[in-house]
Amino acid sequence: MASSNDNPALLDIAEVSKSFGSVSVLRSVSLQVAKGEVVTIIGPSGSGKTMLLRCVNFLESYDSGSIRIDGKEVGFRDGGARQRRSERDLAAMRAETGMVFQSFNLFPHLTAAGNIMLGLTKVRGKTKTEARSIAEHWLGRVGLAHKADSLPAELSGGQQQRVGIARAVAMEPKILLLDEITSALDPELVGEVLAVVRSLAEDGMTMVMVTHEMAFARDASSRIVFMADGGVSAVGPPKEVLAVETTNERLRTFLARFRASHF
Amino acid sequence: MGYTLNFNLIWRHFDKLWGGLLLSLELAVISIAIGIVIGLVLAVWYVSAGRVVRAIIAAYVEFIRNVPLILLVYLVFYGLPTVVDLAYSAPTSFVLTLSVYSGAYLVEVFRSGLEAVPRGQLDAGKAIGLTPWQRLIHVRLPTMLRITLPALSNTFISLFKDTSIASVISVPELTYGAQWINFNTFRIVEVYLVTTAMYLVTGYTLLFALRLVERRFRAAR
Repeated sequence: MASSNDNPALLDIAEVSKSFGSVSVLRSVSLQVAKGEVVTIIGPSGSGKTMLLRCVNFLESYDSGSIRIDGKEVGFRDGGARQRRSERDLAAMRAETGMVFQSFNLFPHLTAAGNIMLGLTKVRGKTKTEARSIAEHWLGRVGLAHKADSLPAELSGGQQQRVGIARAVAMEPKILLLDEITSALDPELVGEVLAVVRSLAEDGMTMVMVTHEMAFARDASSRIVFMADGGVSAVGPPKEVLAVETTNERLRTFLARFRASHF
Repeated sequence: MGYTLNFNLIWRHFDKLWGGLLLSLELAVISIAIGIVIGLVLAVWYVSAGRVVRAIIAAYVEFIRNVPLILLVYLVFYGLPTVVDLAYSAPTSFVLTLSVYSGAYLVEVFRSGLEAVPRGQLDAGKAIGLTPWQRLIHVRLPTMLRITLPALSNTFISLFKDTSIASVISVPELTYGAQWINFNTFRIVEVYLVTTAMYLVTGYTLLFALRLVERRFRAAR
């Protein structure tokens, strides 16, 4: 049952369940992610993908089960009493994970560099000068060195999202969570964002992403998780999960519908 | 029998109007400054508080909004000192009243502004590990202020006009100056024409300046 101690998972989601009243949104979800892995979660809308991701950095709480990063329970105090961590502890835990959002969620009053510097100065305790040079480094990585002093409103969607990625990785998180980060983008802007994700993967960044970009998922993922009705329905290497001849009925329907609408 | 306009007497006493205008502005600025503090503190408290605190704050807002300002001015200036052992000048009394009055309106302005901050921005603040206090200071308030600037400008203009009510407790602001000239010269049309023009020009100038500030910040949305 438990992951072996000699190769503990960086992220260990164990039997996590959550429901709103009588509606189950997560049904005993378990998933281990090793350091350096890129795990992609696919599935129909309403299957719990985003909810699971939001539980990993405790933007959402859950009713039972546990989520551990590097062996440390994320939202609840260690010791099994299921006592919610203090807000201060939660903030410190969340700083260990990075998150990139579908709607970018940049701070509109701060420049591109300012968005990245906020966490570095307030959470990581860097000086303004240090933070600025880290921000410039990451803006360079995502190809936006020349936009450091632009406000979000002055950037295209693709540029905003690349700032969003830079803001998350500049904090040097142990794990990066990507929540449908290209879904709000015009098709011609998707490529520039995915290129950044690919280069992070090549650097060995551990990532869990929810996406509808099947081709990208197939090429960039170590494993693909198929979720349906709040549970993990299939998990494995891209070739297995995305195989046309899969015996998993739900997965086959999903893929067929997906191919029909996207190609 | 025609009435001939004669402004000579007005100009002779113009210092009463000019001094009055400056005092009106001073009363408005001090009151809105205190009102902003009251409004901010109560709005932030409101959105994070339980039902009891919310009910108390809502009661304050409803009380102020449903009682005429002139009545509040009388209550604070004539009523309060008889109940509690306090002595204050008319201007102080009026500033106190107008601050509490504007505070009630600003609670509503700031509260709706706080609730209008997109949840995604707060999530982003959480995700980079900001504590609740840091999220308030660095994420929620800056966005809220941008959202509420137009309403803030309108409140300020409105308060500037409301300072005329201070004349009922003999605070020598603009309207009081106008009354003084009227009583002493009987040039009623002239004095109120000039006074109206002064309120109008000042109000428009303020509005113009505040709109410039708004535009400067709107670029950042």
